[in-house]
Amino acid sequence: MAARDVRDALEATGVAVRTAGDGDEVAGVRPRWVALPESAEEIAAVMRVCAAHDLAAVATGGGTKLHWGARPTRCDVLVDLCCMNRVLEHAAGDLVVRAQAGVTVEALARTLAEGGQELALDVPVPGTTVGGLLATGIAGPRRFRHGTARDLLIGVTVVLADGTIAKSGGKVVKNVAGYDLGKLFTGSFGTLGIIADATFRLHPLPAARAWVTFAVERPVTETVEPYVYEGRTLDTTSIDAAAALHAVIPAVTESPLEPSAVEVDWPDVAGPCTVAVLVEGAAAAERAKALCSLVGDATGGVVQVSEEPPPWWGRLPEPPGPDEPPGHEGRDADGGEILLEVRNTPYRLAGSFVEPFCAARTADVRAAVRGSLASHVFHVALPPDTEPGRVAGFTGVLRDDMEADGEGRVVVLAAPREAARRLDRWGHVGALPLMRRVKERFDPDRRLSPGRFVGGI
Amino acid sequence: MSELERLTARLAAVLPPDAVITDPVRLRTYECDGLTVHRATPGVVVLPGTAEQVAAVVRLCGEHGVPFVARGSGTGLSGGALPRTDGVLIVTSRMRRIVEIDIPNRRAVVEPGVTNLAITEAVRDRGYYYAPDPSSQQVCSIGGNVAENSGGAHCLKYGFTVNHVLAAEIVTPDGEIVELSAQDPGYDLLGAFIGSEGTLGIATKITVRLSRAPEAVTTLLAAFTGIEAGGHAVSAIIAAGVVPAAIEMMDALAIEAAEAAVHCRYPAGAGAVLVVELDGPRAEVEHQFAEVERICRDSGAFEIRVAASAEERAAIWKGRKSAFAAVGRISPAYIVQDGVVPRTALPRVLAGIDRLQEEYGIRVANVFHAGDGNLHPLVLFDDSVPGEAERAEAVSGRILDLCVEHGGSITGEHGVGVDKARYMPRMFTEDDLDTMQLVRCAFDPRGLANPGKVFPTPRLCGEAPGVRRGAHPLVEAGLAEQF
Repeated sequence: MAARDVRDALEATGVAVRTAGDGDEVAGVRPRWVALPESAEEIAAVMRVCAAHDLAAVATGGGTKLHWGARPTRCDVLVDLCCMNRVLEHAAGDLVVRAQAGVTVEALARTLAEGGQELALDVPVPGTTVGGLLATGIAGPRRFRHGTARDLLIGVTVVLADGTIAKSGGKVVKNVAGYDLGKLFTGSFGTLGIIADATFRLHPLPAARAWVTFAVERPVTETVEPYVYEGRTLDTTSIDAAAALHAVIPAVTESPLEPSAVEVDWPDVAGPCTVAVLVEGAAAAERAKALCSLVGDATGGVVQVSEEPPPWWGRLPEPPGPDEPPGHEGRDADGGEILLEVRNTPYRLAGSFVEPFCAARTADVRAAVRGSLASHVFHVALPPDTEPGRVAGFTGVLRDDMEADGEGRVVVLAAPREAARRLDRWGHVGALPLMRRVKERFDPDRRLSPGRFVGGI
Repeated sequence: MSELERLTARLAAVLPPDAVITDPVRLRTYECDGLTVHRATPGVVVLPGTAEQVAAVVRLCGEHGVPFVARGSGTGLSGGALPRTDGVLIVTSRMRRIVEIDIPNRRAVVEPGVTNLAITEAVRDRGYYYAPDPSSQQVCSIGGNVAENSGGAHCLKYGFTVNHVLAAEIVTPDGEIVELSAQDPGYDLLGAFIGSEGTLGIATKITVRLSRAPEAVTTLLAAFTGIEAGGHAVSAIIAAGVVPAAIEMMDALAIEAAEAAVHCRYPAGAGAVLVVELDGPRAEVEHQFAEVERICRDSGAFEIRVAASAEERAAIWKGRKSAFAAVGRISPAYIVQDGVVPRTALPRVLAGIDRLQEEYGIRVANVFHAGDGNLHPLVLFDDSVPGEAERAEAVSGRILDLCVEHGGSITGEHGVGVDKARYMPRMFTEDDLDTMQLVRCAFDPRGLANPGKVFPTPRLCGEAPGVRRGAHPLVEAGLAEQF
């Protein structure tokens, strides 16, 4: 069918449609049209046209993470949910909010703050919408205390590839009626359906917050020791996380003072890092003081308490700066972001430091790390101009080390096309055959974000 | 020879001799779970000791097209473990090893037959515990908790089973052993599996998160003349930004029952009591306690008791925890209902329940997790009086209508099971239910895993969404029920 007819069919739904431009690319693939629905029914109408004309669709909110995930194998229609930006209901007495998918987390936070409440997720990408938050499942420092989006989501309305509008959950926190589709859709990168609105449980804004911070000059220590092998003495280098980190991190995370988050900022793995601990709620100052002495005793260093977060708090790491000011030559439309998510297990604390350090050294790249020393989820950023082969090398070394015990995971959230081509984006995915079966049921014709997710889903 | 008989003949090849029960008398032991109104004698019962044995049985079920139902301790309150007369009941009670306790990683790996409380008991002396605490925690199994996404009194602050399970090894309805882990990239199949009431497979190994025991716990009992004042206190506590570990409320009738059963000695003349538990860092708990106490007094509490010791705390909880069983002292029979309403709708819904009591001449004792609006009305009746059981059933159903009308849910923690499948359309549209069943189709296209539970109408997995033609083949084949 001619493009004109397809466009006519899209426009006949009454939904605003425009021709896609440079800024609409999805991981480097430019869609043909952008549809701007204003309701779940309008999303459904667009999806029915897509079904009738076999068009592939990708949903977007703020567009801040459209370059994340793999390139779609095809993309005809970008379903832009920016017009669905209403907070539908803030039931403050019930600590619940229902919002359309296009509401940004900042706008949501402003509404909730008026009622003295918050959605206790520190979404680390400014401009992220509710839909984008759910589709990527991204979370920030307080995941340690409150969990991630899947733990706070209590209801969801979705539109399937065939235009079916379905909901699960509801607007009460405690509810076990039916399957929890919200969990399935959270982190699904738009491959199962389009999220139209979501209902979250809220928390009261804490009465007070305090951050306890301290710096570690050399987070990774190298010791050269003689080693006798078959009568010959060799030098071996043993690499470990700083003793101060070993001493203080488990003491803090397991402390009855109950910190809400323990974060590290390590702007360059060749240099120093800063650790910040958040305590919140009644008596935060008092607890911060107690944490201060606990940390001070263990590190012997300078510990600071502040009512303001450090400037890097709750943000993704910036890649280590280039020696020369950045130019935009050689970058693609998304700024060439190279971002990895690393999941570790608590007892491998040293691994959180040693492995990025060693991988960066082996692959000869510069890397910045930021993330949770309590939940053991980190983000790693490499400079955008890192040579593609080295990005792949870094990812491979890091993943081999992290997965060595069977439990660490490395996912490449964003990488320029050339680098992405050379690496395995997702690493080990358990239960992939079951995931494929779920995808086949929800989207049998592969029209929603095809190819964007694990195993080419 | 039926398919079930053919299957049964092959069980000896995959299970030890004492793990297969076919004796009719012993089979009857398994005819119901905690919800005794629904009964069915299982076709055959198996007691596997390993995941491989579970998988082998499930594969046999697949080969013979025979349905299977999993059962843990059988304490469920929605008939989720109601057996099939034409099927296999897979009981996990022999799978009760604590495989690993891993304090540095804050987790434990357990088999599904391990009881909820056994996990806490295994780690308590090291300062940890397993947070979800359903009332039946002494006997209920973790496998059952996973199936039902069990909550408990403390889930207001700490969440449900799904928030505390890190990974699960499951046997899929195909008989494959698959590991679902929160750590892995990809779809959150673990999140979808938990709470699926045995319809997506059987958990054979579960990794749970261990929580650090709080530094301080304070439990307070506040007595009010009526339920309105108690409800006001609850709202004010939440509005003050306090998130207690638990807020429980009982009305006069529930108090009377508890008093008769366990002599909990709640303040005389109380029309409602509120149990509030605060936990966390000592400094925070002290601060919040002062606030909660003030709010209760301002809301009209005529007596406030504070537990000064673990014994006193247990005494306060005793009345609340015994409430379900206790109503047996004041009524020959009763129905335990489980519904949820938005907290702010509590006064209206309680008034509605009052009207139902008058309309039907049936008494209702109210016990509820007030913090999250989870009601457990106990509908009392005398089954020797003709028509009273039916009226009680009607009241129980209309309470669920009230919950749905006010934006709530037909179940907060007991599950849908066989008991509430017929109520699902009151909460969800046909499209909603069909969409949920896409997950079922992905895991269990033949509908052999716990059929007849959760969904009022099974979805034929081959058909196009929204298209139905004639009677459902599963219904015709007697493999599924239609309500």
